[in-house]
Amino acid sequence: MQRAVPRSLASLDSWSRGSSALHRFDPRAKLIALLALLVAVATANRSIPRFALAVLLFLVAGFLWARLPVAGALARAAVILPFVAVLAAVLWIGGQGERAWALAAKSYLSALAALLAMATTPLPRLLGGFEKLGAPRFLLEVAQFLYRYLFLLPEEAQRMRQAAAARSMRPGIREGFRAAAGALAVLFARSYARAGAIHHAMLARGFNGRFPEMQTAHFRKADAVFAVVASAVPWGLRLL
Amino acid sequence: MTACPLIQVRGLHYSYEDGTAALQGVDFRLDPGESVALLGPNGSGKTTFILHLNGLLAGKGAIEICGMKPDKANLPAIRRKVGVIFQDSDSQLFMPTVLEDVSFGPRNLGLEPKAAAGRALAALEAVGIAELRNRAPYHLSAGEKKRAAIAGVLAMEPEILVLDEPTTFLDPPAQRSLAALLSRLPQSKLVVTHTVAFAEAVCTRAVFFERGRIVAEGGVTEIAARFGWAFE
Amino acid sequence: MGLHPRPLVMARWASRRGPDSFGSMAIILGPGADTSGCPAAGRARHIGARSGMPLSGGAKAEAGTSARAVGLTGKPARVTRLRFAQAWQACPLSTNRNDRATVGNSLHIPDGFLSTPVWAALDIAAAPSVAYIARRAQRGFEESRAPLLGVLGAFVFAAQIINFPVGPGTTAHLVGGALLSFTLGPAAASVAMTAILAIQALVFQDGGVLALGTNIVNMALVGVAAGYLPYALWGGGPRRRLAMFAGGVLSVLSSALLALSELAASGVKMSGGVLATAMALFFVSAILEGAITVAVIEAIERIQPRAARHPASPMHLEKPRFQRSPLPAMIGLAALLLSTVGVLLASTQPDGIQRLGERTGIAARVRMLLHTPLSNYHASFLQSDVGGKVLAGLAGIALVYAACVLVGRAFFRRAVVRNRSI
Repeated sequence: MQRAVPRSLASLDSWSRGSSALHRFDPRAKLIALLALLVAVATANRSIPRFALAVLLFLVAGFLWARLPVAGALARAAVILPFVAVLAAVLWIGGQGERAWALAAKSYLSALAALLAMATTPLPRLLGGFEKLGAPRFLLEVAQFLYRYLFLLPEEAQRMRQAAAARSMRPGIREGFRAAAGALAVLFARSYARAGAIHHAMLARGFNGRFPEMQTAHFRKADAVFAVVASAVPWGLRLL
Repeated sequence: MTACPLIQVRGLHYSYEDGTAALQGVDFRLDPGESVALLGPNGSGKTTFILHLNGLLAGKGAIEICGMKPDKANLPAIRRKVGVIFQDSDSQLFMPTVLEDVSFGPRNLGLEPKAAAGRALAALEAVGIAELRNRAPYHLSAGEKKRAAIAGVLAMEPEILVLDEPTTFLDPPAQRSLAALLSRLPQSKLVVTHTVAFAEAVCTRAVFFERGRIVAEGGVTEIAARFGWAFE
Repeated sequence: MGLHPRPLVMARWASRRGPDSFGSMAIILGPGADTSGCPAAGRARHIGARSGMPLSGGAKAEAGTSARAVGLTGKPARVTRLRFAQAWQACPLSTNRNDRATVGNSLHIPDGFLSTPVWAALDIAAAPSVAYIARRAQRGFEESRAPLLGVLGAFVFAAQIINFPVGPGTTAHLVGGALLSFTLGPAAASVAMTAILAIQALVFQDGGVLALGTNIVNMALVGVAAGYLPYALWGGGPRRRLAMFAGGVLSVLSSALLALSELAASGVKMSGGVLATAMALFFVSAILEGAITVAVIEAIERIQPRAARHPASPMHLEKPRFQRSPLPAMIGLAALLLSTVGVLLASTQPDGIQRLGERTGIAARVRMLLHTPLSNYHASFLQSDVGGKVLAGLAGIALVYAACVLVGRAFFRRAVVRNRSI
C-alpha cells in the first residue's frame, strides 16, 4: 500500500499517530512550546556547548516520553547536516570557524525540536490548530490536500520511473531529458485530471463552496500548563 | 420513497468540448426498488451518462430525478437523492480520516459536527468498517476504501446509488463481499460494470450502451449472452 | 542548495587482483536505490563494500553498508579504483535521487543561520503577504480550487523523483515555481508553493521553522513573481519559449540571490571566491530550471488535446496577463532585478541597519538579549580585481563541489539492496 511512498513521510506519519501523553496535547500548546524553544536556541550566544547539550537532553527526554525511537529521531534530524555542513564550510572559509560549530548545533537542535513537535502531532491536526489560530483557511485547505495526496502521487511517479527504466537501454542525455519531460507532463496531466475527479466527488456530496471546519483538539487547562512549562524550560536552561 | 419513476431520461445528447459526441440520444428509466447494470464497451458513454444524473454534466435532453429537473435550484436536492460512487476511491476519500470524509456530506447538508459524526458512524456501521473511522484513507485496502466511499454517500441518505465500475482494484473475495453489501442496501442502484457475475449478483436488469446510445435492455444474463459479454 | 540527502554515492569499482580479476565489478548504491531495470546492476553480483575499506580518491565506504566486497567468484576483493557515477550511464532513470549528484537548485535555509532581525523581519513580512495572496488565489469565497492547488503541490514533490540527466553522473530536477505560475497563475502558484515549503519544513526538515517566512518570501513570493513576469510580458507572443525559459531562470535566480543576501546580512562572511562560486552554481541551476520548465510545458502542450480524460477538467495554461499594458510588468521586473542586486549590495553596508537601530534606541537593549552578528561584515568581492575573482571563482567551484560530494558521501546511510522495485 505504501511501498513506494517516501519512507520518511510514512515513518513520520505513523510516529505522529501514537497515543502517548505528549501526542494528546493540543497542537497549539505544542506549537507554542516549539516556538519558545526555537527562539531560545536561535538567540543564544553564550556558553553554547552547555546549553546545546541541555537542550539535546531535553528533546531526547521528549522523545522518550512520546515513546518514539530516539536513535531514529536523531538520525532523521541529521538529514539537514550535509547542507548545514556546506554553510558551515562557507563560514569556516570566511574565518568564522567557531561560529560554524555554534550555528551547526543550533540548526540541528532546531530541526530536532521541530521533529519532536511533528512526530507527536498528525499534520492535519496541526493545520486545524492553525485554523483556530486564524491562519488563512484557503492555504490550510491546500496544505491538507497536499499532504493527503503526497501519499499517492510520488508513488505514481516512482512507478513511471521504474517503467521507463525497464524500457530504456542506453539513453543519452538528450533522450533522457526528453523522456523525463514527457514523464512529468503525463504526471501533470494525471494530477490535473485527479483534481477534477476530486472536485466531482466533492460536488456530488453537496459541496457548496466552503469546506467544513477542520478537526482539532480542544484547548484544556492541561494544555495551557504544558505550554507554559515546556516553553519555560529552554529559557531556564539558558541561565545555566 | 416516492412511487414515481426515480430517474427518467429522454433523448439525452452530450458532446465534449472538442466535439466528440459522447451521448447520442439516451432514453432511460429507473423505477423504485430496481437495480440496473450498465454494460457496454469502454468509451460507449456509460460514465458520461451517470455524470448527468447528479448534474455534474449538463447535456441536451430531458432529465428528471424524482420529478426534478437538474437546474441550479434543484441541484442540492438532487445530489442528496442521487449518491454517486466513483471508480477511483482515492479521489473520493480526500479528507484526513475516514470519519471526517464520511462526515463531509452531512456537514455540507448543514448538520452540526456532532450530528454529522453520528450520521457518519451509522453509515460506517452499515458498511461494516466502523472500527476504521480514525484511519487515514491511505492506510486502507482497496476494499475498505470502496466501503468508506459508499459510506460517505450513504451518510447523505440517498434514494439512488450509482456506482461506476466498483469492482476495479478489488480481488474476487472483496468483489463478493461488495456484492453482498450492495444487495443488503435498500436503495435503488445503477451499477456500471464489466463483471457480469457481479452484475448478476446485484442487479435485476441490464442495459447495453454502444456508441452513446442504449441499444438493448433486458435481464443481465440475457444481455450478456446476446453481446458476448460474459467471460466464459 | 536543495536538501537532497546523500548526494552522489554511486560508483563503480573493478577489482584487479586475484581470481576476481579485472572485469568483475560491483556497484555501491545509495540508500533506497533500486536495481530493477538496470542491466549493469543485474550483471554485478554483489553490492556494497566493507565498512572502512579505503577507496581511491580518499573516500570511504560508509559504515554498515551491506555485505562485503566480493568479486564474481565470491572471494573477497580489494577495491582498487573508483570511478564516479559512470555506472549509471546505462540506467539513468532507475535510481533514486538520493544516489546521484543532484544539482540543487533551491535554497531552503535551515534554522540557526539567519540572524534574529533577518528571520523575524521576514516572518513579519511574510504573514500578511501570504494572507493577501491566499485571498487573491481563492477568488471570492469559493474554496473549490483548494484540491487543485493541493494536488499540484503533491505533483511538485512527485516531480522531484523524476531525474533529468544533465551530465555524467549529474541530474537535476524541477523546482516548480515557474511552472506552477504559468499553469495556475501567480497568486495560486504562490499559495501552492507556500504549502509546499511548509510541508517541506515540517515533514522533511527541509528548511527551518523560524526561517519559514524567509523561505516563503524567497521562493513562494519573490521566486514565483519573478518567474511569472517574463511570461506575463512575452508569453503570449512569438517568443513564448524564451519567456518561459527566462521565467524558470529568474524564479531560481531571484530566490537564490535573496537567500544569499539574507545570509550575508546575517553576518555570514562570504569571500569573493565563495560568493562567485555560489552564484555560478545558482546560475547553472537557474539555467537548468529554465530548460526543464520549457521542456515540461511543451510536453504538456503536446498531450493536451487528448489529455483531459475527465470531462470536467479542462487543462489549459493560464493566459498571460498584461497583454495590453506591459508597463506595470516591466516596472515590476526592473524593480525586482534592482532590488535583488540592491539587497546584495546593501548587505555590504550594515551601518545603515545599525544606525537605524541606534536611532530608535532599541539597539542597546536588543543587543543584550539577541545575537546581532552585524559587525565588520563586508563583501570583499566588490573590491577584488576581475582576474583574481575569476580564478578564485573557479577554484571555489571545484572546492565547493568537492565538499558537497565528500560531505554527502560521508553521510550516506546504509545501502539498501532491493531486488524488486516495489
